[in-house]
Amino acid sequence: MQYAILCYHSEDVVGAWTKDEDDAVMARLAVVQEGLMKNGKLGPHARLLPTTAATTLRKDRDPALVLDGPYAETKEQLLGFYIVDCASLDEAINIARDLGKANPGGAYEIRPVGVYHAGGALP
Amino acid sequence: MTDVAWMASLLNAARPQAMAALLRYFRDLDTAEEAFQDASLRALKTWPRNGPPRDPAAWLIMVGRNAGVDTIRKHSRQEELPSDELISDLEDAETAVAERLDTADYRDDILRLLFICCHPDLPATQQIALALRLISGLSVKQIARAFLVGESAMEQRITRAKARVAKADVPFEAPGAVERAERVGGVAAMIYLIFNEGYSASGGSEKERGALCDEAIRLGRLLLRLFPAEPEIMGLLSLILLQHSRAAARFNAEGTIILLEDQDRSLWNKKLISEGLALIDKAVRHYRPGPYQVQAAIAALHARAATFEETDWAQIELLYGTLEHMQPSPVITLNRAVAASKVRGAEAALAMIEPLADRLSGYFYFFGVKGALLLELGRLKDAGVAFDQAIALANSPAEAAHIRSQLDRLMKDSEARASKKTPA
Repeated sequence: MQYAILCYHSEDVVGAWTKDEDDAVMARLAVVQEGLMKNGKLGPHARLLPTTAATTLRKDRDPALVLDGPYAETKEQLLGFYIVDCASLDEAINIARDLGKANPGGAYEIRPVGVYHAGGALP
Repeated sequence: MTDVAWMASLLNAARPQAMAALLRYFRDLDTAEEAFQDASLRALKTWPRNGPPRDPAAWLIMVGRNAGVDTIRKHSRQEELPSDELISDLEDAETAVAERLDTADYRDDILRLLFICCHPDLPATQQIALALRLISGLSVKQIARAFLVGESAMEQRITRAKARVAKADVPFEAPGAVERAERVGGVAAMIYLIFNEGYSASGGSEKERGALCDEAIRLGRLLLRLFPAEPEIMGLLSLILLQHSRAAARFNAEGTIILLEDQDRSLWNKKLISEGLALIDKAVRHYRPGPYQVQAAIAALHARAATFEETDWAQIELLYGTLEHMQPSPVITLNRAVAASKVRGAEAALAMIEPLADRLSGYFYFFGVKGALLLELGRLKDAGVAFDQAIALANSPAEAAHIRSQLDRLMKDSEARASKKTPA
């Protein structure tokens, strides 16, 4: 079963990290990710730019409305995601725990993937 | 992450909102700042033990407000009772603050705090110092280091700034639409000042220089989150992100400026560039151009060019023309001339800058550009004169060193010419 691990964290807090702290978190995450890659558990994963760079298309009306900013105003924001391949939910939760040790604070939403297409290779 | 670093980033993240709300309650900068300090100290004691609260800002506001009220009560035993004006909303001090932090209040609170720092009565350096102290929460020592001045001088500067702001009487009711737009404009200008203070500094390490730029970017994101559909704020943030993306490539080990054309573009920060490009793309969709957006668009053209040779100078010249139209200035004309020299040659550019000579006679960059154009045309003697004038006007050793390297090139050029003339 594939799971999406959706990474939520306070943008204010992550934005207040110094460059060194940010680099340290990324380096620790890279170690966890490398382990997962070796075991063929890790698919596409991404860190997203701040929500100030986001645009939302409201398509529940015609014509659709283009709005500046993220879809939802929340205390913690969607800042990234992983797609992992796991035998069970427990395994997915354990992966999330390992990632969480490398990057404390915030929350991970672990969500089973229904349909997965790898798409083409991106530059 | 260490406990200290973890606490610091939580407190820093909550600081603008908490300080802004406390300022609204107490209507006095010093009281608000002390209340925030008290709350932070209490947080340092209790958060590591109990874990951080669900909403750190709301926790800090509530604890800070109680601490501030206590302090005022203690004072009031010796002095007279505080007027109701001084402590607004005292009766509901115990209600859950979190519920009452509706977005409108929150937005105007933070905007007010930002706006107080860029009050027109304050000179630019005091604006920056005050903003870094109050909103960013940098220590006096950190700010002093960023400005390359002594700690006590900086302490004085901040104290003077606070005293001026206290007298300035910034209204506390929610601003009207026009007033709000003016405040946003003032705050944007202040954020750009902070950025430029860091960007133009040439002393210190890249990290020290970068600290103010990082802070400006953080404040820019904060302002854009408050006003997510303002294209000029997108433009401002885009501009400073794109300029800062080149930080690692702008100076050599000796601290000499490396010109855009000589920079190692692989050192440019791709993440900052992506964010900057994304923002200018968003901004232009609004069809409400402004000076920040135009400058960001120029920076974007540089960022998009894989090599200096691939730069779209024709487009850059057009954009400088637009900027000149929006805010006429000889410095912008000078920049347009630089772009024009790449499109139509040094002769044409020289003709553009000649009429600026009177107004820019005290400007280092004018003579630097003039010298470079003359050098390109092979008028070595005239180029040498212009470079000498530039060195005399240089504001920093880095600027002077940069011109000296141009002079070296001139010497080599003239030697090369001389050796060509004399057959071997």
